[in-house]
Amino acid sequence: MNMTLIKSIKDLPAEENLFPGTPTCAGCGGLLALRHCLKALGKKTVIVNAAGCFTLLSVYPFTPFQNSWLYTAMACAPAGAQGIRDALDILIKKRRLDPKEDLKVMVLTGDGVAYDIGLASTSGALHRNLDFYYICSDNEAYGNTGFQSSGATPFASRTGTTPVGKTSVAGSILPKKNLFEIWRSHNPPYLATISPSHPVDLINKFTKAETYKGPKLFINLSPCPAGWSTDPAHSARLAKLAVDTGIWSLKEAIYGDVRHTVIPRKFKPVEAYLKEQGRFAHLFKPVRQEDVIRKIQEMVDQYWNGIQKKDFIPA
Amino acid sequence: MARTREMLTGNTSVAWGVRLAEVDYVPTYPITPQTEIIETLAKWIYDGVMDARCVSLDSEHSMITAAGAASATGVRVFTATSSQGLLYGFEMLYTVAGWRVPFVMVNVSRGLSSPITLEPDHNDILAARDSGFLQIHCETCQEALDSILMAYRLAEDERVLLPIFVNMDGFHLSFTREPVEIPDIDEVRRFLPPYQSNHAFFKASQPMAQGLAVIGGSSYSYFKYQMHLASMKALIVYQEVSEEFNKIFGRSYNTTEGYMTHDAEYILVMSNSFSTLGKAAIEKVRKKGMKAGLLRLRLLRPFPDADLKAILKGKKAVAVIDQNISVGKGGIWYSEIAGALYHEKNKPLLLSFIGGLGGKNISAQEFEFIFNAMIKAFNTGEIETPRLLYTEGEWREMERLKSIAGKTYNK
Repeated sequence: MNMTLIKSIKDLPAEENLFPGTPTCAGCGGLLALRHCLKALGKKTVIVNAAGCFTLLSVYPFTPFQNSWLYTAMACAPAGAQGIRDALDILIKKRRLDPKEDLKVMVLTGDGVAYDIGLASTSGALHRNLDFYYICSDNEAYGNTGFQSSGATPFASRTGTTPVGKTSVAGSILPKKNLFEIWRSHNPPYLATISPSHPVDLINKFTKAETYKGPKLFINLSPCPAGWSTDPAHSARLAKLAVDTGIWSLKEAIYGDVRHTVIPRKFKPVEAYLKEQGRFAHLFKPVRQEDVIRKIQEMVDQYWNGIQKKDFIPA
Repeated sequence: MARTREMLTGNTSVAWGVRLAEVDYVPTYPITPQTEIIETLAKWIYDGVMDARCVSLDSEHSMITAAGAASATGVRVFTATSSQGLLYGFEMLYTVAGWRVPFVMVNVSRGLSSPITLEPDHNDILAARDSGFLQIHCETCQEALDSILMAYRLAEDERVLLPIFVNMDGFHLSFTREPVEIPDIDEVRRFLPPYQSNHAFFKASQPMAQGLAVIGGSSYSYFKYQMHLASMKALIVYQEVSEEFNKIFGRSYNTTEGYMTHDAEYILVMSNSFSTLGKAAIEKVRKKGMKAGLLRLRLLRPFPDADLKAILKGKKAVAVIDQNISVGKGGIWYSEIAGALYHEKNKPLLLSFIGGLGGKNISAQEFEFIFNAMIKAFNTGEIETPRLLYTEGEWREMERLKSIAGKTYNK
């Protein structure tokens, strides 16, 4: 395959397609990753958005993007991408649009959309092998409405709808849905997890994705200071901690074949990641919930014990 | 291809309209009684006789989204649904209307669940009344075909730029064969030029943000009211489109159809395919010497106040048969027509009837009952409360069904 992968953050593209001054919260991990994604995708991309925090990026008459934009509704951004992709193909085929005017089509949603309300329309787009990109900014709850439980909310997270109380000391009792595997079951050409703390890995994944026609899907773990109750200055560090503890595995699947792209040499204990976040504060105070912390550690260990070293490809 | 004449169902008539309009893109999702439309189009597209693309979506919600997004990219789009499907996609009706994308959508009317049913009434399409879509309602198969062509002209006019519904009744029209003249393609091209989107498109050299959020009521009010003004302007555009259609094809469709209304003293107001029953009843009662006529509502959004008033003013009594029910209020068109007539000095008495719900027949006796009620109202000056048209036989049959279901009649 003829493509140039980068080795260091010094090699990140200088091109900027997302400019500062947006209304997102300080320290938004999703915005950090989106900036890198758009460096990779370039200006000739139309962003199809579903309801979420990022909807407020483009508020009439302003947009922070070099790109085109269409806000659809909550459940149907992949269907909007279908309409645009098909229309561009028709216009080019019927010679009503110069092929130079063609655009990449990219869906941009949060986890509430990707894991819950938009799952059916995404499944449809994957089934139809739609040639598009999908970036899910996963902050593990419905963030724009103030942090309520979603299908992406991990076990033991406090959210607005899984509060910690006398009858529920752990917060959320459900595990996080495995969206990577749900999407992978559709056998898309390219699927990856990304993190704002690993921009080199992120850029290289987009470079690889670009060589495939069909769905190219990315799930970004997005530190969310407002929802996670963390210091906005620590977002990149928290994203890195999620990777270093093994909670967020950086991987890709090419036509279903999974390879981990980053495997920490020595895993940090999950506690290092949990204890920094207000949403997990009840695990440490007023009394330490050892059993819950242990269960989270076991879930992470169980995942990695199933991963062989052969799955690792150095970035 | 010259004009031809064929026996077509309402559904295939619509499909012919879409084919002649040289539509580029057809996102689909099946639902009875609409499915024949998309199957016919899919066959033509896959056979290569129609240069378009069709795609099967995962729901009506996705289907309307894809339709709107494709139109926002600059192609001519058609889609169709019915009843539950329309309501499943409901959120997107308002959304795409706000995008100002001029595509055509057919709704084949069917009563809404629950109870779940198949036959027509108009609560489905009237639920979309305030969405921003224009609405044309059809009585015949020929009208369904012709209305598709007129709909594109109307919607794509730069003074309008709103999506549009063409409505017809499920079963009674969708599956009824009538002789239909299929227009000549060159004549259609003369009437309907290719769609050139100057306001909504996506291309690399000219980035555009569409459908974006507004903060605050003043921006929101501005864009909403613009839609209203554009819809009202469609009344003027409709006259031009209708005149030109008549000139080229020799068939004329006004916003409202007056049937024997000129000298009439009493008027029935109806819409869609059941109007044919109403017209038969008018002919019958005229033979008995009653000066009756029928007003058929065709363009329902924008609402043709002036045309409606021109027909109804000075009449003795008008009976509106609503094939719909706003639960807790009554007939939807009754309220709209009453509103339109409120400031008329010479306004007729206005009676309200609910009939034909879920495709229930309206019999000759029921029409007779309405005519008598109008005469009585004029003679006494008193208007009775809105009534449901329901015959004694139907009542007895319902009692029988209830007893089978174990619900005994309780005095």
